[in-house]
Amino acid sequence: MRNRFIALLGALLVLLGVASAGHAADKVKAVASFSILGDMVKQVGGDRVEVTTLVGPNGDAHVFNPTPADAKTLAGADIFFINGLGFEGWMERLENASGFKGALVVTSGGVMPITIREEEGHDHDAQAEAEAEDDDTQAGQVTDPHAWQNLFNGKIYVANIRDALIAADPDGKAVYEANATKYLAAIDAEDAAVKAAIAKLPPARRKIITSHDAFGYFANAYGLEIISPEGISTESEASAQDVAKIIRQIRAEHIPAVFIENVTDRRLLDQIARETGVKIGGVLYSDALSEPDGPVPTYLGMFRRNVGALTAALSS
Amino acid sequence: MIDAAIQPFVEFAFMRRALVGCLAISLTAPPIGVFLVLRRMSLMGDAMGHAILPGAAIGYLLAGLSVFAMSLGGFAAGLAVALAAGLVARSTVLREDASLAGFYLVSLALGVMLVSVRGSNVDLLHVLFGTVLALDDAALLLIAAIATVSLVVLAVIYRPLVLECFDPEFLRSVSPLSSPTHLLFLVLVVLNLVAGFQALGTLMAVGIMLLPAVSAKFWGEDVSSMIGVAVATAFAASFTGLLMSYYLNVPTGPAVILACGGFYFLSMLVGVKGGLLWRLVPRKHLEA
Repeated sequence: MRNRFIALLGALLVLLGVASAGHAADKVKAVASFSILGDMVKQVGGDRVEVTTLVGPNGDAHVFNPTPADAKTLAGADIFFINGLGFEGWMERLENASGFKGALVVTSGGVMPITIREEEGHDHDAQAEAEAEDDDTQAGQVTDPHAWQNLFNGKIYVANIRDALIAADPDGKAVYEANATKYLAAIDAEDAAVKAAIAKLPPARRKIITSHDAFGYFANAYGLEIISPEGISTESEASAQDVAKIIRQIRAEHIPAVFIENVTDRRLLDQIARETGVKIGGVLYSDALSEPDGPVPTYLGMFRRNVGALTAALSS
Repeated sequence: MIDAAIQPFVEFAFMRRALVGCLAISLTAPPIGVFLVLRRMSLMGDAMGHAILPGAAIGYLLAGLSVFAMSLGGFAAGLAVALAAGLVARSTVLREDASLAGFYLVSLALGVMLVSVRGSNVDLLHVLFGTVLALDDAALLLIAAIATVSLVVLAVIYRPLVLECFDPEFLRSVSPLSSPTHLLFLVLVVLNLVAGFQALGTLMAVGIMLLPAVSAKFWGEDVSSMIGVAVATAFAASFTGLLMSYYLNVPTGPAVILACGGFYFLSMLVGVKGGLLWRLVPRKHLEA
């Protein structure tokens, strides 16, 4: 009687073990730090990966504050994809809080970084700033983390994601490689399209003013000159000196278009446009995608949209 | 020095437009302010400035930063509050000041809530502070139109208005013009606040109306000279404020009002009629 009981218990335990192992063979649980990475991981992982994004659509990863719910999400994950280059200043805090034991993948590994001058008021986490300053030889220079704005770097990201997924889930190697190859081809096509669109613009018109300092990689890769506005760029009330500075700048450098969304007083931008003849461009997306039914639901969609806005403002 | 004062206006169209807008308001608001001060209605002017906010907010929510919509809304709200306060004062135990306080506070809170709920904090700031640097043609035309209407009406009702300031009982006894004059005057107050609001925002529009008038009390005793001084002060303050904003990199609206405030303190010290410093000068005693 006792022996039969033990045998039954053993069988039950084996069954449970098999069942749980069977569950583990289900989808890979991946967490991506922000929406652009989330999109890339979805494209490469397909059905085999369940992706959760921490900084959701339209979110600002620079000022993101992780919640206990995020820590819980991360604790249950197998892989955590982050951009690196100082983008996620909150990442270490979150890792410690959640006790994450899975694989941490820095998708920008292997990318050639560029540095930018530290802008006052830019939302760098103090910790990331300190880390970056240790690495940088020049005072006031930090690494520009927006490497995905160059589609060539985007391909490096995809390769890193593919390799990390294969390492975590070797059974899905064929699927990941097939998805990645398809995605890389799409990225190549978009890269060619962006280059062609910019090439159509007259060289003198390939410059814009934008208060985003997120387009350094884009500027370098595609031959667009990005100038940051002198004077107005904040939401507080502009002074006459601010407005004068930007008008002088536009006139001196013959800038054809400005893309300044965080000056929400449209009337001020209209006045500047009236006085200088500059075009007020649309919105440029840099750090986050929109909701799935919004204007920029995917990484490549973001490029199509931005280039569309740029050519619309700069071609005439 | 003169060069430095003129050069920004020569170089930039937005500075010229801002100057024109401010000068137009400086022509029309200070005379109204003089009468407010004389009739001891100064704080009422301030309350009215805040009362127009929900009207402007509704106009903004319905039509964006449209001059026409926000002005119409502001005008309607201001008039509604003024009339309601008057009505309550006449038919309940409350007096004018208490009833106005009640209405304008409700009005202000409603306005802030409306803009915050449907707009963003930044939009609220713009509604509150105005954009004298971004006056488009519609705004300039509106300000000029209000200035013209205001001055004409003021000229027409000048005599009953002056009488109302100094001896309202007498006016009521000899003429039926007392009530209509008072009403027209309230309409002018709201109109000028709406004009000032386009350029300077609700918070500062009252400033250009009252501060020059308050300063003028130290320079003249009769109404016409007070009006003259007030307008001159407002002109000077507009010019100075714009230059301060240009050279010292400070927001324009507050700069203009602070310039008005500067003239006020100056007037308080050295004004011919009652300036504080003149009290230190020993006067001759009457001598036989």
